[in-house]
Amino acid sequence: MDNAFATQHKEELGRLRELIGQYRGRHGALIPVLQKAQDLFGYLPIEVQGIISEGLRIPLPEVYGVVTFYSQFTMVKKGKHQVAVCLGTACYIRGAKDILGEIQSRLGIEVGQTTDDGLFTIDGTRCIGACGLAPVITIDKEVYGRLEVRHIKGILEKYRED
Amino acid sequence: MTTVQDLARIKDLQLSQRRGKRVLVGLATCGVAAGAEAIRTELLAAGEKFGLSDFAFDRTGCIGLCAYEPMMEVHRQGEAPYFYVNLTPERVREIVEEDFSGGRKLDQYILGGEPLKSQLRIALRNCGVIDPDSLEDYIAQDGYLALGTVLSTMKRPDIVDVIKRSGLRGRGGGGFPTGLKWEFTAKAPGDHKYVICNADEGDPGAFMDRSILEGDPHAVIEAMAIAAYAVGASEGYIYVRAEYPLAVDRLNRAIAQAEEMGLLGEGIMGSEFSFHLHLKLGSGAFVCGEETALIASIEGQRGMPRPRPPFPASKGLWGKPTLINNVETFANVPTIIRNGADWFAAIGTDKSKGTKVFALGGNINKTGLVEVPMGTRLREVVYDIGGGLPGGKAFKAAQTGGPSGGCIPAAHIDTPIDYDSLLAIGSMMGSGGLIVIDEHACMVDVARFFLEFTVDESCGKCPPCRVGTRRMLQVLERITAGQGTEEDIVKLKDLAEGMKLGSLCGLGQSAPNPVMSTLRYFEDEYYAHVREKRCPAGVCTAITKYWIDPEKCRGCTLCVKVCPVSAITGKVKEIHEIERDACISCGACQEKCPFDAISRR
Amino acid sequence: MTEIRVKIDNVTYTAPEGVTILEIARANGVEVPTLCYHPKLSIVGACRMCVVEVAGSRGLMTACSTVAVDGMEVNTRTDAVVKSRRNVLELLLSDHPMECLTCEAAGKCSLQKYAYEYSVTGATYQAEPRDHDLDSSNPFYLRDMRMCITCGQCVRVCDEIVGASALGFSERGDRTFVGPAFGHNITDTTCVSCGSCVDFCPTTALTSTHGRNRLRTANIRKVTTTCGYCGVGCQINLLVDRNEILGVEPVEGPANDGFLCVKGKYGFNFVNHPDRLKTPLVRRNGQLVEASWDEALELVARKFSSIIDQHGRQSIMSLSSARCTNEENYLMQKLFRAVIGNNNIDHCARL
Ligand SMILES: Cc1cc2nc3c(=O)[nH]c(=O)nc-3n(C[C@H](O)[C@H](O)[C@H](O)COP(=O)(O)O)c2cc1C
Ligand code: SF4
Ligand code: SF4
Ligand code: FES
Repeated sequence: MDNAFATQHKEELGRLRELIGQYRGRHGALIPVLQKAQDLFGYLPIEVQGIISEGLRIPLPEVYGVVTFYSQFTMVKKGKHQVAVCLGTACYIRGAKDILGEIQSRLGIEVGQTTDDGLFTIDGTRCIGACGLAPVITIDKEVYGRLEVRHIKGILEKYRED
Repeated sequence: MTTVQDLARIKDLQLSQRRGKRVLVGLATCGVAAGAEAIRTELLAAGEKFGLSDFAFDRTGCIGLCAYEPMMEVHRQGEAPYFYVNLTPERVREIVEEDFSGGRKLDQYILGGEPLKSQLRIALRNCGVIDPDSLEDYIAQDGYLALGTVLSTMKRPDIVDVIKRSGLRGRGGGGFPTGLKWEFTAKAPGDHKYVICNADEGDPGAFMDRSILEGDPHAVIEAMAIAAYAVGASEGYIYVRAEYPLAVDRLNRAIAQAEEMGLLGEGIMGSEFSFHLHLKLGSGAFVCGEETALIASIEGQRGMPRPRPPFPASKGLWGKPTLINNVETFANVPTIIRNGADWFAAIGTDKSKGTKVFALGGNINKTGLVEVPMGTRLREVVYDIGGGLPGGKAFKAAQTGGPSGGCIPAAHIDTPIDYDSLLAIGSMMGSGGLIVIDEHACMVDVARFFLEFTVDESCGKCPPCRVGTRRMLQVLERITAGQGTEEDIVKLKDLAEGMKLGSLCGLGQSAPNPVMSTLRYFEDEYYAHVREKRCPAGVCTAITKYWIDPEKCRGCTLCVKVCPVSAITGKVKEIHEIERDACISCGACQEKCPFDAISRR
Repeated sequence: MTEIRVKIDNVTYTAPEGVTILEIARANGVEVPTLCYHPKLSIVGACRMCVVEVAGSRGLMTACSTVAVDGMEVNTRTDAVVKSRRNVLELLLSDHPMECLTCEAAGKCSLQKYAYEYSVTGATYQAEPRDHDLDSSNPFYLRDMRMCITCGQCVRVCDEIVGASALGFSERGDRTFVGPAFGHNITDTTCVSCGSCVDFCPTTALTSTHGRNRLRTANIRKVTTTCGYCGVGCQINLLVDRNEILGVEPVEGPANDGFLCVKGKYGFNFVNHPDRLKTPLVRRNGQLVEASWDEALELVARKFSSIIDQHGRQSIMSLSSARCTNEENYLMQKLFRAVIGNNNIDHCARL
């Protein structure tokens, strides 16, 4: 493993090993372990996948195959705030495209990218089930509904401040 | 341990403690997103300030009137409940002062008419009625009585028989008779069996499962226990999509409560029957709603479907017989057990019994969840219940069944909504998403939108879907970019047939549906794109150009000045014209024109 | 065992209970195309080529995964079946680089074979080939994933039979690709270079490096023999062009069940190598020179005798080889115990 990574994440790695210990030998352990590992590290770099592969005795290609199959797993570090634009049908019909366009141009990045200051990452998500309030976005766990393009500026500002 | 007698005691106690004056705030995801937490905080503060100790301020799930969130429902003994809607903290203060403290209803904030008109709530019976975090509240609605009844008085085959006779069909999209599925699983040989609740709710535009889980989690738990008992399973999983954190929270709490009360776990309600329930979180893959993919996912693998047969009923999770039903399907079960098969079978149509929950969305006034008897006509749902389209715009089509479904054009608006009628007109029930589309939508673009979704969500296992969806999207992209040919339309039909025939799972088999149904009802729009390179709705920007109405143009020259590519010609006071080939469709001229003379076509 | 009767294309066949439609068809010479199926691997039903119509079933069924039941009526060539197979081929070929002229697998490629049989050109939906770099990190075989049809046979053989689990599926939808984790080169994995994946690959995505541009010619003769590397006795075919070995393919044998290790599959270069010893060498005046077997053996016997005379019977030991057969190893110890007269015998198969 990359030494820099090991020293930087000493504590998390310890917790990861504990986690693997709890799940080892259990049926269907891989996905919950990956989910919790991602909560720990914020993403699933190659080092973490390697440890999980060894710890759970699951071949690395299988671990990587699962990580890349499910869209909630990420191998790149995300920004401090996750701006997720719902691209479900209801939101689409109600102008999610324009909302996304506005966010992209305000932040100067595309979907899947992170701003240079590490503050924001934009994601396009599947329907989050708040269709009644379409179009919606979520920032971290906060949901913003019935959006219009003109609201975006103010919403993003709020996250810049704190 | 809790017995049937205990349930009755808890119910009485709960009802007797209930205050005569209650205010319920809807705190499901939609309500919370609209700011309901702040409303509740304000409500509690204001209640304290005015010393309203005779009021109970309770939390509840979603009543389904999403368009009016945040809102609260006011109950006073002996009075019809009413809703205060579109609340703001200021309004709450005003309402508390004027109404709750002063006794003067503020009609201007009250939702008029009959908010739940034409609805019949079975699956949603407790949503927006009880506090989802309170097991006692659920029991007060006769919760767990059905489980108690089956455990103490019914034989296993009799339970299956009740479900069979009720005519309940799967609400997850397929519409398979639930009783039959229970029977197959019950009869499958095997010492260990599983019950799975499919709460992956992937259809964009559908959110009834979320609402049930957030508003009435115990209903699903109770039903799963009944199912487990009926088929001989001792372990169960609820597979919830990770996009529903609130539902996960509430389920976790509800499972813990049920375990503590002996309603889950070993020796349930004093019987020999044990049932252990686990939660599994999805990780973002639409295909995991497909039952075999879901099973693969619980097993810790890539969510790739497996060929059936073998069906899960004989070989499911870890190769064991597995019953898998949808959230809404389960939510119907306790009521069916309590009220009997005949009661349920009397609702709905000949082949589609009971009710169906629809998520109304898109261009409709009252977005939200409605539950209506099967066979209700689309017109009634859109206009009587949904309040029609905003701005009185014309209804063009309704999209049902999400990316697997199709559209119902205005000509079929009187179709009764049930499994078979929808199939007959080339759509499908799906999980109940119902997106209303107005005249401003381009149907080719709508089809393209859905294909984009399936391309993204195909698991990649089989070529007809993996490659087919991509090729289909490419053809649609060509058409919407004005580069399509008539041959492309033939290709679309051909490819659609091949994908339907050859794909492994329902995702690939039904991926062409949005294309097929828009081709069926809106073929002229496709031809406008390929023959005239024109998007009739003015949505496809590549072929949408701006046009000046000579009747309205006054020759003010404002547009000439803003056009970035100098595509507009005309002298002062003369009628202006846009050169079609030069126009880049930026829309700057339209924004500027003071006489509304410029439009897209 | 219960017998069942199944009608395929209007002919009734009997079969033991529990077998699939495909197994019955193949056992009776009924042609059903397959791309992802292999009798030695688990069944995934992925490629959809084997679809057939089963009377009373909704939609087409995959013959490879559907267990036949008594009284079943199967049709293997209806219009719907042919339409579906053609669509699959059309799609698989739509982004497949059309390099058949120079392709190493031409002639044995299943995709090519079925394209020919079903008259599919792949020209209906023009699309760019997928973007994958050639992986030439392994000296024995090349991985050209532009050519892959994602049948997964390589993944399964590596996982289920070889046990190396070097390959897997990554991503999803049309971004799905097959190979090592993280898109790494194959040499950065647990791959043991046994070449089983190469033998299983129905296309040219995985091909051996040696013998390229020669193996397709009519000159190739297949010589069946037993691998000489060890005593297991794996059966192989040498692919020979005018007395030069260009490749090896495994043959179904009682000992190897159609599989080989890296040595049997790829370790044949020594045969035609200029440094290869073809006669015994003895040292004369400090130089190794060629000698006859009689000369060499006579020399060894003489030296053994003189060592025993000087230092006794215990002064000699023998080390035998894992590459020898059991019989040869038996004779070796016999030689030592009965002729030399000691028990100093050992074997190299100890790591
Ligand atoms: C691509 C695909 C996605 C599906 N998604 C869901 C889903 O999100 N929720 C669901 O309950 N069923 C879904 N289904 C249907 C399930 O496979 C299965 O039929 C259902 O869970 C059975 O429950 P029911 O009989 O109660 O409807 C999906 C099917 C397919 C093919
Ligand atoms: S139809 Fe699509 S989602 Fe289903 S198995 Fe095939 S590739 Fe996967
Ligand atoms: S490399 Fe060959 S064997 Fe492996 S999946 Fe691709 S085509 Fe199949
Ligand atoms: S051989 Fe049956 S699906 Fe591939």
